[in-house]
Amino acid sequence: MDNKIPAVQMRDITKRFGSVLANDKVWLNIYRGEILALLGENGSGKTTLMNMLSGIYFPDEGTIAIDGKEVVIRSPKDAFDLGIGMIHQHFKLVDVLTAAENIVLGLPGKLDLKAAAEKIRGICSAYGFEVDPDQKIYDMSVSQKQTVEIVKVLYRGADILILDEPTAVLTPQETEKLFAVLRNMRNDGKAVVIITHKMHEVEELSDRVAVLRHGQFIGDMPTAKTSAQEMTNMMVGHPVVLNIKRPEPVNPRPRIEVEGLTVRSIDGYLKLEDVSFTAYSGEILGIAGISGSGQKELLESIAGLQPVEAGSICYIEDDGRREQLLGKDPLSIAQMGVSLSFVPEDRLGMGLVGNMDLADNMMLRSFRSGKSMFTDRKTPHTLAETVVHDLEVSTPSVSTPVRRLSGGNVQKVLVGREISSAPTVLLTAYAVRGLDINSSYTIYDLINRQKEQGVAVIYVGEDLDVLLELADRILVLCGGKVSGIVPGRGAKKRDVGLMMTKLGGKSDE
Amino acid sequence: MNKAQRSPLFHISKRGSLPWYAVWGIRGGSLLVALVFCGVITSLVTGENPLQVYAAIFEGSFGTTRKFWVLLQNISMLLCVSLAVTPAFRMRCWNLGGEGQALAGALAAAACMICLRNSLPNWAVILLMIVTSILAGAIWAGIPAFFKAKWNTNETLFTLMMNYVATQLVAYYCVVWESPKGSGQIGIINPNTHIGWFPQIGPYKYLLNILIVAAVCIAMYVYLSYSKHGYEIAVVGESERTARYVGIKVNRVIIRTMLLSGALCGLAGLLLVGSTNHTLTPNIVEGRGFTAVMVSWLAKFNPIWMILTSFLLVFLGRGAGEIATNFSLNQSFGDILTGIILFFIIGSEFFINYEIHFRGSGKKEG
Repeated sequence: MDNKIPAVQMRDITKRFGSVLANDKVWLNIYRGEILALLGENGSGKTTLMNMLSGIYFPDEGTIAIDGKEVVIRSPKDAFDLGIGMIHQHFKLVDVLTAAENIVLGLPGKLDLKAAAEKIRGICSAYGFEVDPDQKIYDMSVSQKQTVEIVKVLYRGADILILDEPTAVLTPQETEKLFAVLRNMRNDGKAVVIITHKMHEVEELSDRVAVLRHGQFIGDMPTAKTSAQEMTNMMVGHPVVLNIKRPEPVNPRPRIEVEGLTVRSIDGYLKLEDVSFTAYSGEILGIAGISGSGQKELLESIAGLQPVEAGSICYIEDDGRREQLLGKDPLSIAQMGVSLSFVPEDRLGMGLVGNMDLADNMMLRSFRSGKSMFTDRKTPHTLAETVVHDLEVSTPSVSTPVRRLSGGNVQKVLVGREISSAPTVLLTAYAVRGLDINSSYTIYDLINRQKEQGVAVIYVGEDLDVLLELADRILVLCGGKVSGIVPGRGAKKRDVGLMMTKLGGKSDE
Repeated sequence: MNKAQRSPLFHISKRGSLPWYAVWGIRGGSLLVALVFCGVITSLVTGENPLQVYAAIFEGSFGTTRKFWVLLQNISMLLCVSLAVTPAFRMRCWNLGGEGQALAGALAAAACMICLRNSLPNWAVILLMIVTSILAGAIWAGIPAFFKAKWNTNETLFTLMMNYVATQLVAYYCVVWESPKGSGQIGIINPNTHIGWFPQIGPYKYLLNILIVAAVCIAMYVYLSYSKHGYEIAVVGESERTARYVGIKVNRVIIRTMLLSGALCGLAGLLLVGSTNHTLTPNIVEGRGFTAVMVSWLAKFNPIWMILTSFLLVFLGRGAGEIATNFSLNQSFGDILTGIILFFIIGSEFFINYEIHFRGSGKKEG
């Protein structure tokens, strides 16, 4: 590939957002017949760089050349005309339309769904996709929707594909399928760029890696000639230890006992069915499952935010007294003296208020304290400063609105506040989603420290590799039911993956 | 290389934060541009000297001592209604019923003055006026709040509808209590006994209103920024899910805040009837319930800034009236100028938040 002309040459690309330099004179080559993994911590400018290639942003400086010819990409349409297609993290599909309708949506020319369906089937069989052109989007799983997105860009003739963290929402089996498809596309001579945080995926899939750090291009190399350790060091800028600790639980005692929990959504769908388990103090109970298998409802039921149809949730005190949590709202749970902390999935929509500064966000849990009708601003301010210092939150000051912080720092603020109240139960949902390696390890570390202090931790996770390394026991949810509870030590990824898709996880083979 | 192909003519990007002097420079600049633009329009359309027109606008507010007091009185009434709707706005609850809530308060105050004038002493009438009008305003806002909390109805439409109900109710009572008979109007209530008239501080007819509203303004600022209620309002406004997550009873906050909002509108109605006009007409509030929306937004819901924005709107309104009489122009021409000035002021916010890059600027050629 030494003397091949790159499909894409990006030269001296610079992009500023206000005073933030998102990309600083970045050089990047993308070749046909190759899968390039674009690596970097959060806020290192990967997505920004790719958004400029797909016409969403316009670079402040620098040039882009396609097949050696300099081009100007002003809009996503320009990008499509040049054969560049991007699959975003958040799908852009119309729920009430079918796959075929979504794929042809917005294309010029006569609407001929039959011909379109034919062409879609052709694309699918060429690369090994499974898409029913007549299926409605709302009937589809996350992975099917993603497939539709990929077919959509292929249908429009894209031969340079960019995927932004495509595996974040997939099960291991679905990920493997996606990788097979991507390899087929590479062999077909297409250029594929994948943005990801997961090292093992980079090693498994990509031919070449390129690393960005703080908006700057650090380097690229063939994947075969590097290692996870080296790539991580390049991303972070200093050596990082890639091991998750798992101390043995000390003196575990039952803390939360869930029995026969059944939850229905507002529109009557069964979200949880007869879920029973016990969470112990000083232990991390991992919850695995395909996204939408009832994880959110489970945590929110315990936190008092979810109306429950049947069942019981008991909090067991150190002296054996039992308190029923069901039917209580967060305020009355706290007033009962149960110190329950919850790090929800939706950090800025639920856990924090984006437009408020760090100090005011610290106040969310504590603003009621004291008899005065005025709020105490000093204590939260001090707490904010402590959290910023202890967890190394990078922020201009504690009076910066949290929405201005990067994902990792937002999460540190949230977790910092939640553990500051010395909880006995800590619920976390996707605690490291979207976080870079450095921040992720900080969070694992914080969670482990809570565990060592005797907190019962319930950890809902999506990265099975992490769950298998971190959790003492793993509860697998499948379609709202408990598919099984396995010890974290010695559990096989494949078995847990099967349990996620099938109750009990027995394979047909 | 084909130059025309190089890049778009301009593109827009979001700014980081600007220093305060740049922000105010942009705002001041936009006002200046607006004045120049208005001047051009004036001389083109009317043939008048724009400088004289501007002088007349200024005269409208500061020409005589009396005009100055009227300016202050108008500012205080507009500010009062604006302060009333602001807590609801901070909660992202769009209370457009300030008009109706103030009318309900005015109606209650007038009812006390008319029905109780022969049976109770003056101080008791005034006390009852205060209680009933504040209560009436609160109820007028409480009804839509209850429906919103209970069945998630749309508060914007609901409060808007309540305005019409209030207007018709007042129109009805204007006929019931008409004086003299057959006029269809209430006229000055208790012109001889002055029962229910608020005391006047020295020779200053409007001073009491101004002082009351100033006190409300400071209290509202403190309430919103430093009280636990104010904090709850801010959290509910930003995200109801976050509010539930930390155990705030969202419905209770909605109803409580709307009651407060309505109560303060009721206070505005009370001051209009008891202290300023001593009469009741269906248009006694003069659309302040709607102008208040603009005052509150322009000030970004900050009670202290609202003094400035309500001054701006009243000043422009008074000026519009002045040029209408001085130059025998239609009142609408003044409104056109007001519109232009507001357009520029609001438009300047775009340039504070975004910057525009033109092709070629800051780039090397070739």
